Amino acid sequence: MSKRQNIFIIAFLLPAVIVMFGVIVYPFVYNIVISLSNMSLRHFRDWRIIGLKQYVKVFSEGIFYSVFFKTLIWTFVNVSFHVLIGVFLALVLNRKSLKFKPIFRTLLILPWAIPQVITALTWRSMFNYEYGAINIFIAKYLNLSPVEWLLRPFEAFTACIITNVWLGFPFMMVVALGGLQSIPQELYEAAEIDGASAWQKFKNITLPFLRPVMAPAITLGIIWTFNNLNIVWLVSNGGEPADQTHILVSYVYKAAFNLYRYGYASALSVVIFFILLAIGLYFLKKTRAVESVYE
Amino acid sequence: MNEKVKKILIDFSAYLFLVIFTSLTIYPVLNVVSISLRPADKLLSTSLSIIPEGATLSSYISLFTETLFLRWLLNSTLISLAVMITGVTLASTAGYALSRFKFFGKKAVMIGILITQMFPATMLLLPLYIMLIKLKLLNSYLGVIIVYTSTALPFCVWQMKGYYDTIPVSLEEAARIDGCNQFQAFYKVVFPLALPALVITALFSFMSSWAEYVVAAQILQEPELYTLAIGLKQFESSMATQWGLYAAGSLFVSIPAVLLFLILSRYLISGLTLGSVKG
Repeated sequence: MSKRQNIFIIAFLLPAVIVMFGVIVYPFVYNIVISLSNMSLRHFRDWRIIGLKQYVKVFSEGIFYSVFFKTLIWTFVNVSFHVLIGVFLALVLNRKSLKFKPIFRTLLILPWAIPQVITALTWRSMFNYEYGAINIFIAKYLNLSPVEWLLRPFEAFTACIITNVWLGFPFMMVVALGGLQSIPQELYEAAEIDGASAWQKFKNITLPFLRPVMAPAITLGIIWTFNNLNIVWLVSNGGEPADQTHILVSYVYKAAFNLYRYGYASALSVVIFFILLAIGLYFLKKTRAVESVYE
Repeated sequence: MNEKVKKILIDFSAYLFLVIFTSLTIYPVLNVVSISLRPADKLLSTSLSIIPEGATLSSYISLFTETLFLRWLLNSTLISLAVMITGVTLASTAGYALSRFKFFGKKAVMIGILITQMFPATMLLLPLYIMLIKLKLLNSYLGVIIVYTSTALPFCVWQMKGYYDTIPVSLEEAARIDGCNQFQAFYKVVFPLALPALVITALFSFMSSWAEYVVAAQILQEPELYTLAIGLKQFESSMATQWGLYAAGSLFVSIPAVLLFLILSRYLISGLTLGSVKG
């Protein structure tokens, strides 16, 4: 490798690396320090290191396990729907004979364009028992009794999932559309001459080209969904009813900023990070996302 | 004949599927439109019609005359544009280096980038808050821009790298043979071909800051400095009286984002690499 090439690599990579790690590595280390301390609202300035006590507290409380279980369900259900709906819509939108394509594409992207805070608060208002559009629709057109969406744990959690599925699929759709457009048309032409079926073309041309673009998107989709604070926090209004709708990040957010348990929240943050790290690295290895299609 | 019937059936189900999904997508938006047009005494109504009885623009008028909404709009626009430009510049170069060269620690950098995405938001928020106080960046746009860029960038780099990987190296090799140096081969040949990915990257960094509430709420605490998300949350906290303001405001927040998307999505034209490599 020549010296000139080394300079080229450094010049291209360094600015991004400095920006990312400068604002992430330092807070990360500081967070670990807090997690080993007794910092709270009462001990904000006179905090001291108390060892692993906060971690012991995290694992000895039963609520950690039930919230963790809910987080897994939340992540799996959401990402599955995002990818299925997103890729399928991208394939439909990529059909050459389709008319009004720009209109459909534009309208389908709306949930992504709309800020999550607004999505969450708007859906919360639509799930309202008396005045929400969903219950009014259920009563008027389906002739069923209205659902207490935000008042019961299961229904409130379902409401959060519905909201998050709605806002998440356009991202996967746009990524998949980008991937579909990088596929050389000659490949399909050649396959057609060879008499390949639609399924064969999909399996042997579309999927291999989609994979390098979709795999990182799915991996990050899992991480983002696992970590999505906005929706659960705002739709369920901070874990209502009775802190029964929390996923790990909303639970830790409440511990930090509503209950001011800084040491405990930092320790729980570290635990969440390692859970995600394990899931993420496993998924990354499985999809071989680091490898590129031309290697 | 059979082929023709099959094609019509496929087309029909494609349209049906699209229409169902599009309706589900736009209904919540129409619902907000409806609330924004309701007169103050009918905010809590059980009607499903989009244009409410006694429709009025009074919510819009008070939004612009009685609140700081315009100021928040400006704040959010400036912050998001700054994040977008920084994000695209850094990601397009870093992604290229990661895609084209083998160097020691490359895999570690790729995994390191991904690991940054696994921090729960709360883990960085408290330490960052204290850090920004020390740097006197609390209540400043720069503080918010730095945090937003650092959270959006890892994905942007990763996505750009993935896209560069799908552009054949033979194109640059040809450019090098024709006398381009390494940098020229990058910005004259690869950069234009990577336009769809650049658009996705730009959109992503813009949206990630435009939509953000949790970080901004900690850093920007003066009403003059609020971004749109914090401002709207203020309306929401007194939903019963300010539901109309919230609805009208949230439509205005969504409009720039949607417009930006419409302008940029023209560049997502298919077949940019079409025919550039034969064989």
